[in-house]
Order: sequence, then C-alpha cells, then structure tokens
Amino acid sequence: MSYIRAGRNKLYMKHSIKRKIVQLAAFGYSNPYLKNFMGGKLYQGKWKQFCNPGLNCYSCPAASLACPIGALQAVSGSVNFKFSFYVVGILLAVGVLLGRAVCGWLCPFGLFQELLHKFPSPKLKLKKAFIYVKYVVLVVFVIVLPIAVTDYMGMGKPAFCQYICPAGTLEGGIPLLLSHKALRQTIGSLFTLKMTILIVTIIGCVLIYRFFCRVFCPLGAIYGLLNEISIYRLEIDAHKCVSCGKCKRICKMEVDPVKTPASAECIRCGACADTCPEGAICLQFRLKSTIMTDRTEMTNER
Amino acid sequence: MSSKRKSIIQITTFLIAGFFILYGMVRGEVSVVLNKAVNICFECIGLG
Repeated sequence: MSYIRAGRNKLYMKHSIKRKIVQLAAFGYSNPYLKNFMGGKLYQGKWKQFCNPGLNCYSCPAASLACPIGALQAVSGSVNFKFSFYVVGILLAVGVLLGRAVCGWLCPFGLFQELLHKFPSPKLKLKKAFIYVKYVVLVVFVIVLPIAVTDYMGMGKPAFCQYICPAGTLEGGIPLLLSHKALRQTIGSLFTLKMTILIVTIIGCVLIYRFFCRVFCPLGAIYGLLNEISIYRLEIDAHKCVSCGKCKRICKMEVDPVKTPASAECIRCGACADTCPEGAICLQFRLKSTIMTDRTEMTNER
Repeated sequence: MSSKRKSIIQITTFLIAGFFILYGMVRGEVSVVLNKAVNICFECIGLG
C-alpha cells in the first residue's frame, strides 16, 4: 500500500493518513489531562469556557474543553437564558468553515467509532431512513426538552446528555464511578439505561461504520445542515471524471460524491479523493468554486 | 446553488456567528458554560 502518492509535480500524503494524524492530535488536545483519571477530578481551568468542535464530554476527567451539545443545553436550560447565542455562534462559525469535516477529522468520539469498526465482524450497511433520526434527536432532546421541561426553579435538564449520550457514559460516567466509591452507591435505573445505550452503540459501531455519528449524533446533524455551504469542501472536476463509480463504492458513509459532493452525510474523509484514478476529486478550503462541478455546465460549454 | 450565492451565504453566516459569539459573551453565557463544564455533570454521566 502506498501512503504517499505522486501528483503532477509534487508528492502528497493520502488523506487517510493525514486524517489519522489530525484525529490523534484532536483526541490529544481534547483530552490532555490523563492524570485526572487517577483522582477522578475534572480539569477546572479557563479553557473549559471554550467549546470543543467535536463531541467530547466535559465530565471526562481528561477533557480540556466544554462539549458543545452539553453547553448548548446548559445555557438554554439555565434560569437566565433560554437560547445560547455563544454556543450557536461557535457551532455556526465552525460549521461554515469545516462542515462535517469536524466529524471526520476532529471528533474524538468519531475516532473511537472508527476504531470500533476495525474490530473483525460482519459489516452491515445502514438503511437510509435511519440517518434522519439524528435530526429528531437534535430538535427533541437538545433544543425542545431542555427549554420545555423545567423544575420549580425554571431550570431545564440536558435531556440528550441525560438519556442518550454514550460519550458521557464512556468518558465521564465509567471513569468517575471507578474512582468515586460514593458515586457508585447512587447508581440507578438511569445509569442502567445509559450503559445499555453505550453497549448498543458499541455493537452498532462494530457492525456499521460510524453508527452513532450517522444515526444519533445531534452535532453531526448541525454540521450536516451546514455542509452545503462549508468552506472546506469536496470539489468534483467534471472534465476529469470518467464516471467509474470508484468513489461511490469506497465511501463508508454511503455517499455518492459525484452526485452529491455537499451531502449532509459526507464527513470529508477524503477516501473518494484518494481512490479517484483521474484526480477529479479534491478536498479544499475555497470561498469561491474554481472547478466546474456541474456536468450540465460542461455539456453546455461544449 | 451558484458559487456567488454560496459565498454570500458563507460570509453572512460568519458575520452572524461572530455577532452571536460576542453577544453571548456580553450577556454572560460564558460563565454558565464554564460553571457547567468544570463541575461533574451528574446527568451527563447517568446519575442525575
């Protein structure tokens, strides 16, 4: 297997290798305080006022940044605010810049899911209807419930974190319960539910590529909606494309990059660009498209 | 979507995002995020 491919006048590293390096770096900057696992303490410095672009529980002892989905629910469920301009602003800015490249390159839980999928087992395809579940999760559990269901003080609870998020159970729940005897005595039916969801997620990810990311992740839903306008994007050169279909077959997210390069499911992993024999697909930061992406446009020009 | 229209939407969204972040900071949302993130979130870990 060649990791470095020769271009016209230069050598460049395959996206799959670049992506793994960036994913490991992102995992590192998201969770640098590994010593905290020993005492079961959380990092309490100023970095926690900033949101991680990917899904990474802020109750993980090693976490350096706040989880954007947790932060969004915390602010909208607070007494003083019912909408978080700060977190929505961060998500919009990151989403317009990178789209779902965050899922493919920067999300620590995304890396975890990819590693699980490497476990030898039969591999299944996801039925297309399931990809819409994450939008329901986003609206119901992240937006509506924290605002609508409040206690006597007017405070809402982070419904997604409480009832669904397997990242919280894995990164926060298990390590903290292992290090705090007192916490272990408070385990109840909610923890059983969350452990069940975590186990289902793990099995799902072994069988289906990025199962949680594609079916349940509300952060993926937000960035997916912004994929159409993201500055970092896939561009298809219709002059070079020979319609061989290799890109569609290699895509683990089951996207056809030629037909829908801005698909909400595309995580910009670059596998299609690596496999294209004609070099017709590129991943790039571009405000304005310089490549002819439309086949009808090409036909008209001829 | 045309390339020009896309560029306009990108720039406008960036500006809106910048305004949202600043407005959120001014009205004190950052302290809510920080306060939540530095303490164990019992809901997040399945104990809340």
